[in-house]
Amino acid sequence: MAINEYRGVWVFAESRGGKLMPVVMELLGEGRKLAEAAGTSLGTVLCGENVEHLIQELFELGADTVYAADAPELKNYTNDAYTKVMADAAAKYKPEIILMGATHIGRDLAPCVGLRLGAGLTADCTKLEIDPEDKKLLQTRPAFGGNLMATIITPDNRPQMATVRPGVMEKAERTPGRKGELVKLDISLTENDARQKILEIVKTVHEAVSLTDADVIVSGGGGLGGPHGFELIGKLAKTFGGLVGSSRAAVDAGWISKNHQVGQTGTTVKPKIYIACGISGAIQHLAGMQNADCIIAINKDENAPIFEVADYGIVGDLYTVIPAIIEAYEKA
Amino acid sequence: MKIIVCAKQVPDTNEVKIDPVKGTLIREGVPSILNPDDANALEAALSLKDTYGGEVHVISMGPGQAKYMLRECLAMGADDAVLLSSRVFGGADTYVTANTVAEGIKKIGGFDIIFAGRQAIDGDTAQVGPQIAGRLGLPVVTYVQAIREVKEKSVIVERQMEDGYEVIEIPLPCVLTAVKELNSPRYMTLMGIEDAYAREITVWDEKDLNIEPEKCGLKASPTKVWKSFTPPPKGKGQMLGGSAGDAAAALIDALNHKNMLKKEG
Repeated sequence: MAINEYRGVWVFAESRGGKLMPVVMELLGEGRKLAEAAGTSLGTVLCGENVEHLIQELFELGADTVYAADAPELKNYTNDAYTKVMADAAAKYKPEIILMGATHIGRDLAPCVGLRLGAGLTADCTKLEIDPEDKKLLQTRPAFGGNLMATIITPDNRPQMATVRPGVMEKAERTPGRKGELVKLDISLTENDARQKILEIVKTVHEAVSLTDADVIVSGGGGLGGPHGFELIGKLAKTFGGLVGSSRAAVDAGWISKNHQVGQTGTTVKPKIYIACGISGAIQHLAGMQNADCIIAINKDENAPIFEVADYGIVGDLYTVIPAIIEAYEKA
Repeated sequence: MKIIVCAKQVPDTNEVKIDPVKGTLIREGVPSILNPDDANALEAALSLKDTYGGEVHVISMGPGQAKYMLRECLAMGADDAVLLSSRVFGGADTYVTANTVAEGIKKIGGFDIIFAGRQAIDGDTAQVGPQIAGRLGLPVVTYVQAIREVKEKSVIVERQMEDGYEVIEIPLPCVLTAVKELNSPRYMTLMGIEDAYAREITVWDEKDLNIEPEKCGLKASPTKVWKSFTPPPKGKGQMLGGSAGDAAAALIDALNHKNMLKKEG
């Protein structure tokens, strides 16, 4: 494999229902930095049906080139069809780096594309850098449930592929009117590229919980003692204009739905203020929230690990402390 | 119906601790377990066998001690277990692991469904299942949270999404990866345990699989670990004491001072 033939950073522009996923802005923000460090350009691959309206948006978010595949067979994501389109495009245009969001779609697509290309693939990266010496991609990710960080490289194979945890990278700035190059991809899909047939798409989450975008998150854990505790958590969240999060313990206990879960197996968040109430601070939880600008912890147990990462800690009963905070806020 | 389940023995990451002085992982005394999502994969296979009859084969790659985990799978009700084990398999990344396991699956042969766990708790990559499918040229559905219907030539499953699920029909043979919402894994039976410990576990190496040693393990892996480190701990902050009212007032004061309250007026 002549690795010098591979040039450019690519981002998979994952869209659902005609809208870009929020992680795409983050990938474009990060992709721009990597492209500059590697001295190359930023491209994106857009797949779907009737997605022309997203092309200009991608230019404005920093894409130099948009590779577009627009076809009825691509209306909804399926593993076979998207793998074929992505792998064919990458084999033809030879990008050195491909980034995808570590969503349920990205984590399904990336391994199959990587396999077809013989590429190295690193999952769920939280940090990406270009080695200033030889321009290789340094891909850092948590392992062992967040107990260990590993930096992975792909020395001899191209492309270097990575999925990136949503909510970790900084979003691209929008430049209205920015222009770029449009490349329409040839699509040659056969029956063998349509083996997964989607019979139905069911949305079960009616409440909008976009923890990755929230400025303030108030999370409750096992210390709440029961589902009723989330009423108080909700009140505090409302006071601060934030959203409700939770630890895995509260989700496993059935007190709140999984889409509220913050942590290694839930959502990674980076709000301005994170208030952890009755959460002891298992390493898996800390891995998902320790990059918040300001962490406030309320817990009965003064030895709870959550206090090790907190900017402000209050030892006490959350059922007393939270009403006091709401009152103090309203007086301020 | 012949079903193959891909399983991995993993350290229980809930029990992994950091040496506070050296800042390294303490692996001693950490129990090895059947990867949780793989237990859901095995349960799915066993319950299909309960309904439709057939056989369940478990395959794993790892060191010799992974036989303990495979015996657990037998004790839960699997009919057969194979361990892919060889010094040359060590250090394999997901790409090479998938290639090696795919060769083992071909050697078992004649399957209708391959189940794997969505991901293993030591690496959390979720890559090996779909890459095995790719290597075998089979269709795949990942994040399977329910099996709705098994037909003669296809299966209808629910694929978990962030905001709901999709109902997908996929032809047999295929690869499905299981999430924990799929089922509750059964317990081992006493009879099963006795039986499992009397059994020999089949072990295959690169010669049995007819793979060249250069195509195995760390050497053949596109990705390499460049360095690993323990995440630096964030410095401990300020504890706010006094009554709940005092602490709350001090907190709001501090946030106000930092301009972190959005309050208007």
